[in-house]
Amino acid sequence: MNAANVWLIPFAPLIASLSILLLGKSRRAIASAPAIAGQVIALTMSIFAFARTLRAPGYREVHNFVWFNFGDQSMQLGWMIDPLAAAMLLMITFVGLCIFVFSIGYMADDKHFTRFFAYLSFFSAAMLGVVIANSLLLLFICWELVGLASYLLIGFWIERPSAAAAARKAFITTRIGDMGFFLGILLLYHKSDTLLFYDNGHGCLENAGLLLLGASATAIALLIFCGAVGKSGQFPLHVWLPDAMEGPTPVSALIHAATMVAAGVFLVARLYPIFSAGAINGVTTSLTIVVWIGVITGLIAALIAVAQFDIKRILAYSTVSQLGLMMVSLGVGGVTAGMLHLLAHGFFKALLFLGAGSVIHGAHHEQDIRGMGGLRGAMPITFATYAAGMMALSGVPLVFCGAWTKEEILHAAWRWPVSHVPFYLVMLGVVLTALYMTRQMIYVFDGKRGPAAHESPRVMTTPLIVLAACTVVLSVFLTPAWPWLDHYLLGERAHVDLWKIFDQTILISLLLVGAGIGLGVFFYREALRGRRQDPFQTAQPALFRFLANRMWLDELYDYTVIRAARMLSRIADWLDRYFWDGLVRLVGLLGQLFGIITKTADERGINSGVDETTVGARGLGRVVSSAHSGQIQTYLGAIGLGMLALLLLYAWLA
Amino acid sequence: MITALILIPLFGVVMLYLANPRNPRRIAFVTNAVSAFYALMLWQKFDVDLAKVQLIERHTWIPSIGAEYALGADGLSLLLVFLVTILFPFAFAANRMNRGFYALMLVMQSALYGVFTAQNFILFFLFYEMSLIPSFLLIKLYGGKKRDYAAVKFFLYTFLGSVAMLLGFLGIYFARSTFDFAQLVDLAKTGPLVTGRFAWFVFAGIFLGFAVKVPLFPFHTWLPDAYETAPTGVAMVLTGALSKMGVYGFIRLLVPLFPNEFRILQPWLLALVVVSILIGALVAWAQTDLKRMVAYLSINHLGYCLLGLFAIASARSTMAKIDMHAALSGVFLQIFNHGITAAALFYFVGLLEQRRGARGLNDFGGLMQRAPVLCAWMSVAMFSSLGLPGLNGFIGEFLIFKASFAVAASFTAVAVLGLLFTAVTFMRAMKSLFSGPPNPATNAIVDLRAGEKFVLVPVTLLMFVVGLNPQIVLKVFNSTVVALAAVFA
Amino acid sequence: MTLSILLMVSSALFCIGLLAALSRRHAIFILIGIEMMLAAANINFIAFWRYNAQPQPTGVIVAIFAIAIAAAEAAVGLALIIAIYRHYRTTNVDQLDRLKG
Repeated sequence: MNAANVWLIPFAPLIASLSILLLGKSRRAIASAPAIAGQVIALTMSIFAFARTLRAPGYREVHNFVWFNFGDQSMQLGWMIDPLAAAMLLMITFVGLCIFVFSIGYMADDKHFTRFFAYLSFFSAAMLGVVIANSLLLLFICWELVGLASYLLIGFWIERPSAAAAARKAFITTRIGDMGFFLGILLLYHKSDTLLFYDNGHGCLENAGLLLLGASATAIALLIFCGAVGKSGQFPLHVWLPDAMEGPTPVSALIHAATMVAAGVFLVARLYPIFSAGAINGVTTSLTIVVWIGVITGLIAALIAVAQFDIKRILAYSTVSQLGLMMVSLGVGGVTAGMLHLLAHGFFKALLFLGAGSVIHGAHHEQDIRGMGGLRGAMPITFATYAAGMMALSGVPLVFCGAWTKEEILHAAWRWPVSHVPFYLVMLGVVLTALYMTRQMIYVFDGKRGPAAHESPRVMTTPLIVLAACTVVLSVFLTPAWPWLDHYLLGERAHVDLWKIFDQTILISLLLVGAGIGLGVFFYREALRGRRQDPFQTAQPALFRFLANRMWLDELYDYTVIRAARMLSRIADWLDRYFWDGLVRLVGLLGQLFGIITKTADERGINSGVDETTVGARGLGRVVSSAHSGQIQTYLGAIGLGMLALLLLYAWLA
Repeated sequence: MITALILIPLFGVVMLYLANPRNPRRIAFVTNAVSAFYALMLWQKFDVDLAKVQLIERHTWIPSIGAEYALGADGLSLLLVFLVTILFPFAFAANRMNRGFYALMLVMQSALYGVFTAQNFILFFLFYEMSLIPSFLLIKLYGGKKRDYAAVKFFLYTFLGSVAMLLGFLGIYFARSTFDFAQLVDLAKTGPLVTGRFAWFVFAGIFLGFAVKVPLFPFHTWLPDAYETAPTGVAMVLTGALSKMGVYGFIRLLVPLFPNEFRILQPWLLALVVVSILIGALVAWAQTDLKRMVAYLSINHLGYCLLGLFAIASARSTMAKIDMHAALSGVFLQIFNHGITAAALFYFVGLLEQRRGARGLNDFGGLMQRAPVLCAWMSVAMFSSLGLPGLNGFIGEFLIFKASFAVAASFTAVAVLGLLFTAVTFMRAMKSLFSGPPNPATNAIVDLRAGEKFVLVPVTLLMFVVGLNPQIVLKVFNSTVVALAAVFA
Repeated sequence: MTLSILLMVSSALFCIGLLAALSRRHAIFILIGIEMMLAAANINFIAFWRYNAQPQPTGVIVAIFAIAIAAAEAAVGLALIIAIYRHYRTTNVDQLDRLKG
C-alpha cells in the first residue's frame, strides 16, 4: 500500500455507499453487507499502510498529481501516508467497523435501513479522505463532505422537526467556522502559491514554504483554526454538537464522538508547522489562542455535563470537553499527547456511545437517565463494557488508555511557559469528568430495578466487548515505560524504561480521579437510593438551572447573532422591495410627471385651440342659417333691399 | 460555419409554422438535437490549443458605418454556445406549451448563438436586441400573475441599458471609426479609446447596459419580478443564458476597453459587487416564494463572476499571473456552472409548482416521505448551488475568491459571507420543504416520473462530473484564458 | 315720346312687379310679378335700342332672348307650382319653407 494508491482506502467505502444506493430500498437484507465489506477492505488496506510507515521512524510518502489546469497554471492535489495519517486510518476504520456492525442490530427495525448504511459508508469515505489528504484543498473538500454526511445523518429521522433543526444547526454552525477556514486557505495559497503540504521541499508545511508565509502565518493559523473550532465543537461554536445527538446513536458514536469532531484536532496537528511558525520557546500567538479556547471549552462543557439528564447529551458534552483538552494539549506543545488522546478517545468514546445506544435499545428508547436505573442486572455485558469506557474516560490509571494520554497532557500543560492556569483548570476538568461519569453510571446502572429492560443482541454486544478490550490493550503502547505510539508519531524509536511508570504525576492523577469518583459516589449513591431529586439540584437550584440550560448560550445566540442576521435579511428584503425598487420607480415617476405635463399642454393648449375654432365656426353657421327662413319672399325682399342699397351707394359715390 | 448554427433554430421556427404539428415540442427538440450535433461539429473543427478567435466568417455588410458581418469563436464563445445548447432542451422539457412559445424560444436561441459569436459591435447589438424581444413576449404572453407589469419592467430596464450601451459605442465609433472587437481591443492597448470627460460618459453608458443585464446591484430590481412570473422554461433560459450576455459583455468589451476607468473606480465597483453578493443571499433568505428565492440567489452567484472580473479589471498591471488566470478560469467556470445549476433549481421549483399548484416555502413539508427521489435530486442541485466541494459550484468560486483575495482581501472576506448566507437560505428551504411530518396538502404529490428522470440524469451527472473533474470544461478555454490574460496585463 | 317716359313706365312696371312678388302669398301671383319685372327690363332694352345713335341690333336681340327665356321660365315655374301643389296641397309660399337653414 504505497502513497500512489492510498486513495483506494476511502474509495472502498465510497463504492460501498454508491452500490447500496443503487440496490435500493427493497434489498434491505443485504444492504449492510457492502458497507461492512467496504469497511473491512479499508481496514485491511489501512493495516498495510500502517505497516509501511513502520519501515523507518517518521516515514512519510506522498503522491501528488495535477487535478486541473487553469490558464497555464495547474492545481495539484495529493495524498500521503505518514504516522499521523496511518494511526488515524487505523482508528477510523477499526472503530468504524465496530460501529457498522453494531448498527446492524441497532437499526434493524428502521424503515430506512439501506439509506443509513449508504450515508454511513459515505461518511467513512469522506473522513478517510480528510486523513490522507496531502493538500489543504483536498482536505477542505473532504472536510465539507464530512460535514454533508454529518448533516444527512443528524437529520436521518427527517420526519422529526427537531432532527431537521439540529441538522440545519450543525451544518450552518460548522460552516461559519468553515468560512474562516476558507479564507485561511485563500491567504495561505496567496502567500505560498501552493496548497500541497509536502512536495519535495516546496510544500507549504516545509521550511521553504513556511518562510514564504512570514508574519501572516499567525493570521493563516487563526483563520484555519476557525474551521477546527466549528468542526470540533469548540467554544463559541460548540452549540451544535449536543443538538447533533438527534441523530441515531451509532452516528453519534462514529461522527460526533470518535472521528469527525476530532478532525479539528487532526487539522491543527497536521498544520502544526504553520501554527508554530516563528515560535519562541514553543509559544506563538495562534497557539496561545488555541490553548485558551481549549481550556474554556473543556471547562464549560464539563460543568454543563454535570447538570444534564439525557444520556447522550452528557456524553456529547463530555466529548466537547475532551476535545477542548486535546486542543489545550496541541496548544501547549504536546502535539503527540493531543493526538494520542484523540486516538484513545476515539475508542472509549465510541464504546461509551455504543453502550448508551445499547442501553437506549434495551430500555425501549428511553434516553432520560432519571427513567433508568438498576440496569446492571438486566444488561451485564453492557454494564461491564460501559464501566470500562467510563474508567478510560475518567482516566483511572494503569490499565485504561485514557489515563496515560491524560497524564501526558497534564505533563505538557505543566511545561507550558506562559501560564500555569490551564494546568489547574485541566485538573479541575479531570475531576469534573470523573464526577459526571460516576453520576451517570449510578443513575443508569445502580439502584433499584427501573423499567423492564433486556440485554442487546450479540451483534451489538460483540462490538462493545471488542472496543472495551481495545481500551485496555491500547494502553500497552501508551505507557511512559514504553511510549511506543508516542514515539511512532514523533518519528523516533521508543525505549523500554519500566521505572517511568511510577512518575510523580501518576499520584496526582490517581488523586484527582479518586476525588472525582469518590465525590460522585458520595453525592449520588445515597441520594438516588430513594430516587429523589438530583442532589446537586437540591443544593444549588439556581446554578443547576443555569448549567442545565447550557448556560443559556443557545438563547443568547438566538437573541443576538441569529436574530440580527435574520433582521438584516428582512431589512435587505424590505429595502429591495420598496427602497431600491422605489428609487427606480421614482425615476419612472419623474418620466411620468413629464408625460403628464406634456399631456396637459397638449390637451389644454393645442388641442383646445382647434376645438374652439370649430365651435366658433359652428356657432356662426347657426346664426347665419337663421336668416335662411325658407320663405322665398324674404329672400326676394333681401335681394330688393340689396339692390336698393347698391343703388344708393352708386348714387352716393357718383 | 457559425452562420448555420444561428440559422438552425430559425429553420426550426419555419418548420413549426409549416408543419403545424400536434406536438410542437417534438419539433423544438429535434431542432435542438440538430443544433447540438452541429455545435459538436464546431468543437471538432475548433482547435482548443489555439488561443486566437477561430472559425471566422467575414463579409462586408454596411461599410459606410463600419458594420461588418463578422462571426468567430474562441474558447469562451464555444463554452457559451455549449451552455445554450444544453440549456434549451432542458428548458423545453420543463413546460408543455403551444407553438408560439417554442417559436419564440427558438428565436431567442438563435439570437444567443449570435451574441456569443459576433465579432463586430453592430452585429453583436443586433443579436443582443433580437434576444430581448422574444424574452419580453414570452413573459408577457406566457407569464403568471403580474406578467404585464413584470414584462414591461424587464423591457424598459434592459432596453434603457441597451440604448445607453449603443450611445456609448457610437461615442467610441466617432472617435475611432471602427466597431470591430479585435481592432478596438488592439487600439485600447495603445492608449485610451476616448479621452477626457467624454470617456466617462461612454464608459457609464456601456457599463449600464451590461450591469442591467447581469444584473448588478442596484440595477437588479427587474429580475425578481421577471423571473417570478416567467414560465419555468423561460426563467431557466433567462438566468442560465441571458444573464450571461452581460457577463460576456464585461469580459469581451468593457474590461479590455476601459482599463483606466476600472482602475480609478476599483473600490466603488468592488463595493457594489460585494453588496450585490450579500444582498442577493440575504434577500433570498427572507423570501417565502421559492422562485423568487432562486432568482435572488442568481444575483448572488453572478456577483461572484463580477467579483472576479472587477478584481482583474482594477488591478491588471499589478496582478500575479496565477491570480489573473485563476480569476478568468473561475469566472468562466462559474458562468457555465451557474447556468446549469440555476436552471436545474428553476426546473425543480417548476416540478414542485406543477405538483402542488403553489410554490411557497410553507406550502410543502415532509416531502421527503412523499417523494424521496425528487428531494434527493433537488438537494444535489441545492448543494451544488451553495458551493459544496465535489459538485460543480465549488471550483469556480474557489478560483474567483483566490484571485480576488490577492487583490482585495477585505472585500473578499465580506463576500465570503455570501457563501454562508446562501447555505443558510438553502438549509432553511430544505428544512421547510423536505423535513417534518408530511403536510396533508401534499398528499397528491408524486415522485419523479421516468421522463423527468431522463431529463435530470444528464444534468445531475454533469454537476458531479464537472465537480470532480473540472478539467473537461477547463480545457475548452484554457488557451483563451492565457490569451485574454495577456490582453489584460 | 321720349326715352325718359319709357324709362318711367318701365320703372313703374318693375316696382309694381316687385310689389306683387313680395306681397302676394300665392305662388302664381309671385310668378306674375316676376314676369312683370321681366317685361319692365325688356322695355328698357327696347327703349335704349330705339334711342341709340348708332343703330345696332343688340337690344332687340337681347329682348327677344329674354322673352323666350321668360316663356320657358314661366312654363317651368308653372309646372313646379303644379308639382308643389300636388305634393303639399297648397301654393301658399309662407307654408313652403322646407329650405329653411
